[in-house]
Amino acid sequence: MSNDPKYLKETPSQTAGPYVHIGLAPGAAGFDIYREELGWDIAGPNAAGARIHVEGVVIDGTGAPVKDVLLEAWQANAQGVYAHPESAGEVEEGFRGWGRVITDFATGEWGFDTVKPGPTPGRHGQMQAPHINLWIVARGINLGLNTRLYFDDEDNTADPVLNTIEWEHRRATLIAKRTGSTYRFDIRLQGAGETVFFDI
Amino acid sequence: MKPAEFYQRDRSWHPPALTPPYKTSVARSPRYAPISLENTPSEITGPRFGHSDIDPLDNDLLRNYAQAGESPIGERIIVHGRVLDENARPVPNTLVEVWQANAGGRYRHKKDTYLAPIDPNFGGCGRTLTDAEGYYYFRTVKPGAYPWRNGINDWRPAHIHASVFGSGFAQRLITQLYFEGDPLIARCPIVQTVPDPAAIDMLTAKLDMNATIPLDTIAYRFDIVLRGRRSTLFENKLEGN
Ligand SMILES: [Fe+3]
Repeated sequence: MSNDPKYLKETPSQTAGPYVHIGLAPGAAGFDIYREELGWDIAGPNAAGARIHVEGVVIDGTGAPVKDVLLEAWQANAQGVYAHPESAGEVEEGFRGWGRVITDFATGEWGFDTVKPGPTPGRHGQMQAPHINLWIVARGINLGLNTRLYFDDEDNTADPVLNTIEWEHRRATLIAKRTGSTYRFDIRLQGAGETVFFDI
Repeated sequence: MKPAEFYQRDRSWHPPALTPPYKTSVARSPRYAPISLENTPSEITGPRFGHSDIDPLDNDLLRNYAQAGESPIGERIIVHGRVLDENARPVPNTLVEVWQANAGGRYRHKKDTYLAPIDPNFGGCGRTLTDAEGYYYFRTVKPGAYPWRNGINDWRPAHIHASVFGSGFAQRLITQLYFEGDPLIARCPIVQTVPDPAAIDMLTAKLDMNATIPLDTIAYRFDIVLRGRRSTLFENKLEGN
């Protein structure tokens, strides 16, 4: 199929590099240029549901925090609706469901505020447990990494995506741990407890 | 657009995760294969952006950080092209963001300490939305090559970083644009993470004399291709079909 002349090839990926902030979060690079940077407000003021904080650190194969990583989040609202015409239902005024977050340059810690998403339809009418889709880029990452964050206070046992992971013990790498209204989600790029990444 | 899933990504066309000549990839590359996930609405939907999100000057790097009446140092260039999908259909109204070093090869970033000077009239980032035909353009200066800590004497070819969204989160892409004829392309360990020379050629913007503005600004053409969608609705698709 790829040799069929009517199809084009996808533009190949290249690393976001160490200075990704200039393009996607210039304030963090140290200068103010845009009227408004995109992606700092995921849920907006009108979103229903529980207000939560999500935080974590991305850890490399040596066990060190990755301090120049950028993550993007994509999630449904509390009713399980994505802010997109292909998602059945309405979202609240100001709910975008997309966010962009960078780390503290000294510690590698990242975090964002949002609302907890609801269960959302999957394939063939199956329901998916509440989750936040994450996309991770950084220097040294040649193609952005896709993963999913699930919640440890939800019933994830019937989630069709978690259940496609053959190694049951690896499913735990996708479950964020709750303390109060904060969910902790550390991402391990490599080594013991390597996070499950998806080819979506 | 119909809620159809995306074609499988050809991972052999993209750089693999582990590319030892690009040293930083060694400790940052997952060792396990990614788990294949058939698209659900979580992957076929994605964020949308509109003209209220950005300003008209955001795609003009010659002006978006310059002081009044001033201009950045360097070759004035236009970078333009279309965002298409693998079916060769335009991707309209999608956000394209770029960032780059100045003409001396220095980034306006608190972590960049290269000897070359900061240009007081150059920020180094821009953003725009494609039009109904998927067309986009930026005005900027041609970035300089710069050295980086990998090998003792490794230099990045002149390049502009680009970020594109598409219509679904599975299309999210970050890449880099190089300039036709640059001898550093063949020597760069980051460029060479891409296995196929034809794929590297896709990352190389071509001189475009027809879009060049005489006595003013030279132009380069750079088309971007995102993953294509099937024409069938996946909810209607029969299992095993
Ligand atoms: Fe760069």
